[in-house]
Amino acid sequence: MSNLNSEIEITAASTNTLLSARDLSCIREERVLFEALSFNIAAGDIVQVEGPNGAGKTSLLRILAGLSQPYDGSIYFQDNNITQHRETFHQELLYLGHLPGVKDEMTAQENLEFNLALHGLDNKTAEATLAKVNLLGFEDALASHLSAGQHRRISLARLWQSQAKVWILDEPFTAIDKLGVEKLEQLFLQHADNGGCVVLTTHQDLSLPAERVKKITLAYRFY
Amino acid sequence: MTLLSYRAAFALIVKRDLMIAFRHRDDIINPLLFFVIVVSLFPLGVGPESTILSRIAPGIIWVAALLATLLSLDRLFKSDYTDGSLEQMLLSPHPVFILVIAKIFAHWLLTGLPLILIAPLLAVLLHLHESSYGALMLTLFLGTPVLSLLGAIGVALTVGIKKGGVLLSLLVLPLYIPVLIFATSAIDSAAMNLPYNGQLAIIAAIFFASLTLAPFAVSAALKVSTN
Repeated sequence: MSNLNSEIEITAASTNTLLSARDLSCIREERVLFEALSFNIAAGDIVQVEGPNGAGKTSLLRILAGLSQPYDGSIYFQDNNITQHRETFHQELLYLGHLPGVKDEMTAQENLEFNLALHGLDNKTAEATLAKVNLLGFEDALASHLSAGQHRRISLARLWQSQAKVWILDEPFTAIDKLGVEKLEQLFLQHADNGGCVVLTTHQDLSLPAERVKKITLAYRFY
Repeated sequence: MTLLSYRAAFALIVKRDLMIAFRHRDDIINPLLFFVIVVSLFPLGVGPESTILSRIAPGIIWVAALLATLLSLDRLFKSDYTDGSLEQMLLSPHPVFILVIAKIFAHWLLTGLPLILIAPLLAVLLHLHESSYGALMLTLFLGTPVLSLLGAIGVALTVGIKKGGVLLSLLVLPLYIPVLIFATSAIDSAAMNLPYNGQLAIIAAIFFASLTLAPFAVSAALKVSTN
């Protein structure tokens, strides 16, 4: 699979392939971000999408999650096209984008409870989960009184309870302190070991063992 | 994974939207206040003669209800779009149809229903004909959900645009006109003690058509807007 702009370690499709992209192309504002991009992500993979600003990292992640449509190509989740099997795919997907999706009018706990319930998870333990992201004592504070990092933590809290196999995280470490980043990395590793996969973008270097992290590098194309 | 039933997902979204609205009361009060102000200014503007007022009352109430709804439409998806919760809802494992219909229902509870409750009081100010009250309530009851449903299509299409206000009015107002025509005609017929079942049946047909079709249009439009 030749690709002009990206160096990707393509793993051969196998029985434990969770997500596979076939011949993806994306065009934004008359600029080709990537074309004929194919890769497989298997259970146990942690994939870091790299590239300079504007290279199409977020676009790629949104296409993988099924939020955006690629210009060409398709995504398969366990050999099912995600546009045809949207609901089955979304049961196994956890996507966190740039925006934390936290409502200012609701308290930290209400936000988390809603997020959990919306994705069919038990929301009785929301308080305990908030404690895991260091928000103990802020459960009843309206989100409008919390900082950007705390908003991010509310949305990340869902990771601790998620049973979804595919995690797609766009800049999950934004506004998170060092200790928080470390905890998250351990969680990613644990998730991958339990048969899940993580696709993330970040400009920081992951402190995970290098052999565990696969990389997709998108180059900035000038044509 | 314990999946929510459709009914539970519906209730979850409605509950959330109502909670947010009650903590952000301006959004509910603003359109209602607009409705009351517009209707109560007319007797001052055209004079207190009961013959003129009762002649134009159906039109005033319905036009004001239409504009008040238009004013409240932005609330439907805008804030969810800007803070990212709309994305999360679209990515939840529920049919988008359910989520959309729940949001529209919550919107109607917060704008349509209060309008229905206030309308008879304002009708007194306008000397609405006594025999027209039944028709007024019935047309509002069948018509205001249509306003929310059709309006949602317009909002879903324009939610990604920074200043979509004008475009929203241009998109939505033409769709509101059939409801306006048949509703005021029903109220007029009632004032003359004529049967108004026909007009009511047409509004009911519009209601059921938009109830079944609008959520699909809204889902498709939201997918385009978040693309």
